[in-house]
Amino acid sequence: MSRPAHRRPEYHKINKDLFVLTYGALVAQLCKDYEKDEDVNKYLDKMGHGIGTRLVEDFLARSCVRRCHSYSEIIDIIAQVAFKMYLGITPSVACNNSSRNEFSLILDKNPLVEFVEELPAGRTSLCYCNLLCGIIRGALEMVHLDADVAFLQDRLKGDSVTEIGITFLKKPDEKKYRRKK
Amino acid sequence: MNSSAGRITSVEKFGKHSYLTAMEYIPSFAFFANRLFAIGSQLSPEQGSSGIEVLETDTFKLHCFQTLTGIKFVVLADPRQAGIDSLLRKIYEIYSDFALKNPFYSLEMPIRCELFDQNMKLALEVAEKAGTYGPGS
Repeated sequence: MSRPAHRRPEYHKINKDLFVLTYGALVAQLCKDYEKDEDVNKYLDKMGHGIGTRLVEDFLARSCVRRCHSYSEIIDIIAQVAFKMYLGITPSVACNNSSRNEFSLILDKNPLVEFVEELPAGRTSLCYCNLLCGIIRGALEMVHLDADVAFLQDRLKGDSVTEIGITFLKKPDEKKYRRKK
Repeated sequence: MNSSAGRITSVEKFGKHSYLTAMEYIPSFAFFANRLFAIGSQLSPEQGSSGIEVLETDTFKLHCFQTLTGIKFVVLADPRQAGIDSLLRKIYEIYSDFALKNPFYSLEMPIRCELFDQNMKLALEVAEKAGTYGPGS
């Protein structure tokens, strides 16, 4: 009896609205707990980081992706496999610099903000989906890659697109034999 | 075992129908095994070797599966036991489900989760039924 490792026979779907509402409740509560937008953003990122460090193993176990050999391969996998698997969307990818360590994920659709019209007054710096940045950052950290992940543009703030920027940071003491990707 | 501290969370003795968790000697075995794997990757004549995958002796076969995050799953089995590769991947799934998704489990600590133990036991039983050496998987 053998089946491919990535096939999960008992995959239960839950209602997307429940998930979106839960996320909204989380952000609303953080807004009540913390006055400053920076603090809310910080805690969303921290929570996301905790999720990312765990979720990455589920992703690697289920998707059976191979070792990557470049940052752009990694970004493609994040956009086309990971986002698809967990949020059902496929952001488009852009490379922002010639040294090929700065990338953008451009989200056409974002299920998390489906019911959000606009940010409340006085919350102009709030990054509503900052959890996602933390998740990406935590997941990359577990495969020994340091990266800065942040929202560069946000439709909720009046920008034309929602854009997540990922900048891979080079570790100065990275030894060749430990390089995983 | 994780990549830095080399701490094992459970040791499976397989092929003799026993499921053994040996918490007493785990730390020293983990330390020894982690160093062995690190040396193995450097000694390898192949470029880009990630370490030991299989270690075969007369009395047992040690299988190691290393994830891209540096976690190593080690199974000691009868040399003739088949199906270890798929068992290792199944263990990875069980770890990601019942250890990591438990919100009260802290990363890199010993796993003391009931659901994890139950599912591991089931997976071992299934693998045992895969039978002994033939065209291995």
